[in-house]
Amino acid sequence: MNRNVMVLAEHTAMQVSEGTYELIGEARELASALGGVTEVVLLGPRELAGQLRGADVVVCVDHPALADYLPEAYERALLEVLSQRAPRLLLMSNATVGLDLGAALAVRWDAPLAAYVSALGIDDGVVTATAKILGGKVLAEVELPGERAIATVLSGAFGTDADLSAAAADVVEVTPPAGLDALRMSLRQVIGAGVGDVDIAAAEMLVSVGRGIESQDNLGIVAELADALGVPLSASRPVVDAGWLPKTRQVGQSGLKVKPRAYLAFGISGAPEHLEGMRNAELIVACNTDPGAPIFGVAHFGTTVDLFDLVPALVDRVRG
Amino acid sequence: MRIVVPMKAVPDLVEEIELSADETGIEREYLKFVLNEWDAQALEEALLLKDSGGAEVVAVGCSADPEIDQILYTALAKGADTAVKLADASAGGTGPAGIPVATRAALVAAFLEAQPADLVISGVQAADDPDGQLPSALAALLDLPHVSVVVSIEADADAVTVRQEFAGGVSHEVQVHLPAVIGVQSARQPPRYAPITRIRQAMQTGALTELAVTPRGARRGLVLRRMHGTETTGRAEMLTGDAGDVADQIVELLRARGLLRG
Repeated sequence: MNRNVMVLAEHTAMQVSEGTYELIGEARELASALGGVTEVVLLGPRELAGQLRGADVVVCVDHPALADYLPEAYERALLEVLSQRAPRLLLMSNATVGLDLGAALAVRWDAPLAAYVSALGIDDGVVTATAKILGGKVLAEVELPGERAIATVLSGAFGTDADLSAAAADVVEVTPPAGLDALRMSLRQVIGAGVGDVDIAAAEMLVSVGRGIESQDNLGIVAELADALGVPLSASRPVVDAGWLPKTRQVGQSGLKVKPRAYLAFGISGAPEHLEGMRNAELIVACNTDPGAPIFGVAHFGTTVDLFDLVPALVDRVRG
Repeated sequence: MRIVVPMKAVPDLVEEIELSADETGIEREYLKFVLNEWDAQALEEALLLKDSGGAEVVAVGCSADPEIDQILYTALAKGADTAVKLADASAGGTGPAGIPVATRAALVAAFLEAQPADLVISGVQAADDPDGQLPSALAALLDLPHVSVVVSIEADADAVTVRQEFAGGVSHEVQVHLPAVIGVQSARQPPRYAPITRIRQAMQTGALTELAVTPRGARRGLVLRRMHGTETTGRAEMLTGDAGDVADQIVELLRARGLLRG
């Protein structure tokens, strides 16, 4: 059985993503436990291979259709690499690329997939994973049976303290599969991030609101506190998806990463996608009626008092 | 254009989730189930396509899902043309965490083979799918092109142009030939409201049918060892007292850091 652990590298504008190094660090530990090596798949410009420090082998497929991420092109190229290199385990990010390709590869490569992974291990030769589900409230410990497996890994799950200074010993080129010239989709344009009415990433303090606010009508309550403090109102994804606040106010993986001096979270349970966007704030105070809410795992101070009682009390005191 | 929207229920995350005593699942009996929020976005995007250019929208669910009748009647009330409940003819179990994604994809794939769609739109993910996401699993079974984490869809004659979102607000505009499968992150506008009277009407029209299908190409899944709650004892110091006491302490925390004027 193959013992190698493979990582799919992600890159934009000729830069390999931070998350890729995190995956390489974890792959090295798993490969060592399995007695194999770490292979990193680079789809796109070969000159990026030099950036992939920490890999034992870089497997490169260079083709114009792979210059930027395009699901069908990536999937076809990756399947070609998987069939040639046959790794024991493939690691991808649990962001757009992993959400897009993971389940399709599981079908086409016939391997079990664990998503939302926060921890990985090798137990007597079996790959094990911990998946964060139900908005981060529950951890599912699973086995990935068989001789090959796929895991999509949450950003921030592993530290980046592994020594990745060594350049890859070997760069292997794989001939692009013919399918890359007959794609059923094409990339029309890359659109940069928009600029909103307020820049929440630049704010010294944020009052942030989540699903617990229950309705758009209730937003006024927390908006009043933000007003009294003279800081912007931000939100977690459900509030923005419901159309209650604009996208530019969204904190999280699909919104903006923020690092204010204080982050006051009201009615936010703390799904992994949200924690990724705010866990580095200097002071986090969380208010959620569920004592088991994952937000309390990253907050410095917490309370289970109802936000509808707490926020007006705060407004009174701030307004003096 | 025929648009099929696979939908499912998930536990209501506003409620406290309790695990079963043997830690192999969640207590489903007393749990409230609601429509997967990303599926609500997917349905809205499908209805927007119907509003702008005309389309037949078919909402699809699995018979074994909790609350599925209510979900499909609500979809009809919002503007879906028909709704179909898929019963597993192979009588596969639902398991402690509900229907595994591999089985769900295999059921919907069997339906789509019998009644093909030009476009399949579903939620990008669900809160309870540790074994992967439905849209791309479905696309792979049917050998269709797919794009997920999509925030808008525009239809042309034989293609759609979608916007795929990445971290930090960057997005890609991708043109995809039909038929195709799209995983929706959010619709161009918030999901519309279905008045209760329209839901009652939908329940009387008989537009909801049930169909037995044999899953197609189910694959190996995960083996669950154990489920447990997130460890939250790690960091937060809990503030005690009533709302006024807690407010006093928070104000003091901010004042000590020079974050309060006055």
